[in-house]
Amino acid sequence: MKNNKTLKSTLAALTLAALPLAGSAHADDAVNLRMTIWSANPAHLKLFNDISAGFEQQHPGVTVTYESLPYDTYMTALTTQIAGGNAPDMAWIFETAAYDFVNSGALYPLTDTLKATKGYNADELSATAAGRWTKDGTLYAYPFSTSPFGIFVNNDLIKAAGAKTPAELIAAGQWTWENAFATASAVGKTGKGGLIVRDFNYQAWQNLAAIWNGWGAAPWSADGKSCTMAEKPMVDALTTVHDAIFKQQAMPGPGETVDFFAGNAAMTITQISRASLLPKEKPFDWDLVPLPKGPAGEYALIGQAGVGVLAAGKHADLAARFVAYMTNPENSVKLSQFFPSARKSLLNAEVLKKTNPLLSQQQIDSVVISGIATGTVIPGHTGFAQLQQMVRSGLDALWQPEADVAGTLQKICGQIGPLLKR
Amino acid sequence: MAVAEDNAPSEGRAPSPFWTIARRDSLAGFLFIAPQLVGIVTFVLIPLGLVFWYSLHEWNVLAGTFTYTGTQNYRMLVEDGSLVEVLGTTAVFSAGLVIFNMSLALLLAVLLNQKLAGITVFRTLFFSPVVVSLVAWTIVWGFLLQKNGGINGVLQVFGIEGPNWLRGEVTAMISVIAVQVFKNVGLNMVLFLAALQGVPNELYEAARIDGAPRFKQFRRITLPLISPTILLTSIITIVGSLQVFAQIAVLTQGGPGLSTTVLVYYLYQQAFQFHFFGYGSTLSILLFVIVAVLTFAQWQMRKRIVFHEN
Repeated sequence: MKNNKTLKSTLAALTLAALPLAGSAHADDAVNLRMTIWSANPAHLKLFNDISAGFEQQHPGVTVTYESLPYDTYMTALTTQIAGGNAPDMAWIFETAAYDFVNSGALYPLTDTLKATKGYNADELSATAAGRWTKDGTLYAYPFSTSPFGIFVNNDLIKAAGAKTPAELIAAGQWTWENAFATASAVGKTGKGGLIVRDFNYQAWQNLAAIWNGWGAAPWSADGKSCTMAEKPMVDALTTVHDAIFKQQAMPGPGETVDFFAGNAAMTITQISRASLLPKEKPFDWDLVPLPKGPAGEYALIGQAGVGVLAAGKHADLAARFVAYMTNPENSVKLSQFFPSARKSLLNAEVLKKTNPLLSQQQIDSVVISGIATGTVIPGHTGFAQLQQMVRSGLDALWQPEADVAGTLQKICGQIGPLLKR
Repeated sequence: MAVAEDNAPSEGRAPSPFWTIARRDSLAGFLFIAPQLVGIVTFVLIPLGLVFWYSLHEWNVLAGTFTYTGTQNYRMLVEDGSLVEVLGTTAVFSAGLVIFNMSLALLLAVLLNQKLAGITVFRTLFFSPVVVSLVAWTIVWGFLLQKNGGINGVLQVFGIEGPNWLRGEVTAMISVIAVQVFKNVGLNMVLFLAALQGVPNELYEAARIDGAPRFKQFRRITLPLISPTILLTSIITIVGSLQVFAQIAVLTQGGPGLSTTVLVYYLYQQAFQFHFFGYGSTLSILLFVIVAVLTFAQWQMRKRIVFHEN
């Protein structure tokens, strides 16, 4: 009898103890989706929170949070989180790392979810823009930002140096790299900076594609299997860049820091989203023009950012539905005020003028619409981080006044060749 | 003696209790060191074992695969062409750092070991970089070492055109060594200063009476008597030099070429940038072995270089 009583007491105690657990089981139904991003811009975060508020209303119990990681170490931080078993549900991915993520199976396929989302209209996503994020016909990350490169110009500095402005050269049909460097050189010789390839800093060499594409050059073949850095177009393009740095003073040299947006350089190659950096106080007479014509003709370059769902996440299906919501036609319009969309319906002057109030109609036509329609994406490859480092290390020999351009590029091909063939 | 008698087993007496005084003392001792022991096991020994385990695998973080590959990563270590250059760079960096740091620290300690008014101000001044945030310190030096930065600006005042410090292979190495030395020289300086103040004055007085010049006094009295501190600082500095990472990451990213890619930075690249976590772990084991061998060798050499060990 006594034993029975003890048993009953124990069961009662266990039941009472289990009650909070039952409560917590219910609370577990609440899901938090986490997205890693590389922007900490308050305006961006406000927009994302506004978008996720709509999703949270439709999905009670679901919350979406954004984790801003530093841009420079974003990929390292993201892969460390994945390695540590703390992978986010969704992540922004650089265009250069797209092949690694898409080919490794790290991402959850999105195509079915996007097509099943009412009113999504997945077919209007530009196939060119989606190319890098697609494998075997399945989209693995949505390219939410497809941003063309253009050249921001400081007309005040150019006129003060007595050179022709890009607008004048375009009007005269003379907007070529040769003339662009001549203008940059004229300003460079006054003690100010000439042309800056923003974010290049003699390390992110892939940004030089904004120049070498004009020569029809590429670091590797279209199938990615062989090195083409030592071929004539690349040698010619980088010889021109080398001369611009060390002979013409048309570009700030290695170790020199010059800020275009502070009014200290003639021109900078960057993406149109950087228009927000233009000074509001003491503004200078600025312009935005397309990339000059190279020996291989006219061309455009675009940078991309994709958002993908980590397959390892516990709520991959729900996260995919959030990506579909975030990039639906209605929210794409909102996003395009910061991140140019790859949806064809949003690639028109009317929408772009609304979302880029700083730009003129001509700038939108010549740089944005034409750029997105015809541009190729910055080079990328599977195992890009290793290739990037090896080429960076090899190119260090090029950034010396007496460098042997062809010899250096030949050596780099010898180093990265085996990696490309893997 | 009484304890021995108490504990001695004797026929017909009750068996001695389990908790003898010796056992209680041992338990108390273990409990005292338990927090430290738990820390070492959790944060040193277990991770060390895990790193060794990872080094036997190919770990693809993105694909989520973890495949046992046996000694493949160790074979890769032998075949890695860049590793020889990296080890050479590490050796140059460590040697430069140790020689420059210890010489400067000793010189400063000797100069500051004076009874002068306001000498504490100078001691504080030289020690202050030790407490400054490492990354902030390095970023500031990064600006100073730019081609159009502060150092070349000062040189220009004297009509000297300074080099592009962080872009030349030799100047980049000199720069990262100097930045590290100026950051930490104060710590060694304080240790040397404490050792110098422990040298009895009578020995110098006797040497002066015997007519020994200042340098001879330094060589025959000061150096032998502060030799334990020299050993300590050399071990700390060498081990520290093999762990330098932030300065390289902020200032040069291992460049130009591989000229400042030291072993720690190389393993960071392999593991966290290229996602070769298995090979990165193998490089960690190599680093551990190098640190262990160097520390052991220095410890063995103490009888030769440390005065008190004779």
